Amino acid sequence: MELSEHLFRRESGRMVAALTRIFGVHNLALAEDVVQEAFCRAVEVWKFRGVPENPSAWLMATARNCALDALRRERTARTFAPELGRLHESEWTLAPAVHQLFGPNEIKDDLLRMMFSCCNPRLSEEAQVALILHILCGFSVDEIAAAFVSSHAAVEKRITRAKRLLGRSRKLFDVGAAADFSARLPAVHTALYLLFNEGYHGASPEAAVRADLCREAMRLTALLLEHPLGATPTTYALAALMSLNAARLPARIDTDGRLNTLFDQDRSRWDQELVSEGLDLLERSAGGSEVSDYHVEAAIAAVHAEAPSAEDTDWRKIVALYDMLMTIHPSPIVALNRAIAVAQSEGPERGLEEIGAIDHSDRLATYPFYAAALGELELRLGRRDEARRHFEHAIALARNPMERRFLDQRLVACA
Amino acid sequence: MSEFLYLYRGGEDGRTPERLQVMMQKWMTWLKDLAAKGHIKDQGQPLERRGKLVSGRQKTVTDGPFAEVKDVVGGYTLIEARDLEQAVELSKGCPIFELDGAVEVRPVQTLNL
Repeated sequence: MELSEHLFRRESGRMVAALTRIFGVHNLALAEDVVQEAFCRAVEVWKFRGVPENPSAWLMATARNCALDALRRERTARTFAPELGRLHESEWTLAPAVHQLFGPNEIKDDLLRMMFSCCNPRLSEEAQVALILHILCGFSVDEIAAAFVSSHAAVEKRITRAKRLLGRSRKLFDVGAAADFSARLPAVHTALYLLFNEGYHGASPEAAVRADLCREAMRLTALLLEHPLGATPTTYALAALMSLNAARLPARIDTDGRLNTLFDQDRSRWDQELVSEGLDLLERSAGGSEVSDYHVEAAIAAVHAEAPSAEDTDWRKIVALYDMLMTIHPSPIVALNRAIAVAQSEGPERGLEEIGAIDHSDRLATYPFYAAALGELELRLGRRDEARRHFEHAIALARNPMERRFLDQRLVACA
Repeated sequence: MSEFLYLYRGGEDGRTPERLQVMMQKWMTWLKDLAAKGHIKDQGQPLERRGKLVSGRQKTVTDGPFAEVKDVVGGYTLIEARDLEQAVELSKGCPIFELDGAVEVRPVQTLNL
């Protein structure tokens, strides 16, 4: 029996979520210790006897037994989940209660409960994303630091603080309360969107790390879709946007870690299964009256997904979609992308005009692809010196070797 | 061929889920490779880290652990090799060394009458 890749990381999230429900959120550290213990037991036994038929079930059963041990051992020293009342106190009710809490549907709800708890408005968005990655996706501090190109100390501090806040909240988020659920849902969407974007556009030069982040964001979004209150048109739109963009990942960063823009990606390497899944999700997102920025971003990604080449893309439609996005959620980045689409449909001169007209363009001052876009359009107009100046500026702003290498090549094209 | 016992000591760190999974897979690959080459007499068993120690004339019973964590035996394997030298060489593929653990290689006494 072969273990699927990252199985432990995924199971870690499920086990911590289930155990936190049993122990109470103030005992999160105990839940993490017990999960650790379950993993160590699994490793000890499996390395000698091989991986069992159903490793996930084995891990869950071990976690359940370790949890029972911990509950018996700590019964007098701690208070456990107040939601569960006095079930902990008697041996008659303890084991059946814990058994039931480890049922498959219970665990799905536990994951959602934890996801919503992580998106506490008193935490910064960065902290919410780090906490989701750590608790629900089983990423270690080092793995998170690598993904965000941050230091171990900084990530550790952020997570420790966030956990402390979570612990003080005394109760996990109640996913059964419809009004609370709907009120917190946008924050959950934002966190999952940021997690996905960190994988898609983020600073990590490791293609594998980026793909992991995208995959985790998609997995958690799919989980949200399984809950009746979570399966809103906006969640479908978010899932569509992720699938349609993730479809391009294999062509976006090639095996040498080289970055390819939409214009020079080998479209035969796009994942057609994800494309059709994304189109399907997009269709299902049309169920309500609400049009979120996720809807529009997914629609843009769909236009690209269906275009045979960059030249044969309906750029007018894309400009129109960016216009829509500018009314829902205006930002300099959106305006820049809109300007690039204008350049595609109306020529580089018009693109430069649009870039010149971006409001608050000072917020793009440190974004390397702002300077790169200027360079690209100048180059198309044959103004090589201008183009070179912009690319040199972009190179100075590059956030990782992958971006630098890409921009270096654009600079060479100016010669 | 002679028999040797590998006793695995320590090597209990690197406990993030991903690290644990990677380390376990390395162990399995290593043991599988030894088995394919006909060196495994008995794959052995993992040992729990806790237990009791019975000692002295008074047969005093004390709780484990008996030594520093890094010295606790976590499992064993019975292997077959040409000689001690080969048994030592084969042990060097064990992933326990990545985590600062140790393999104790002990020849099994034979009775040559």
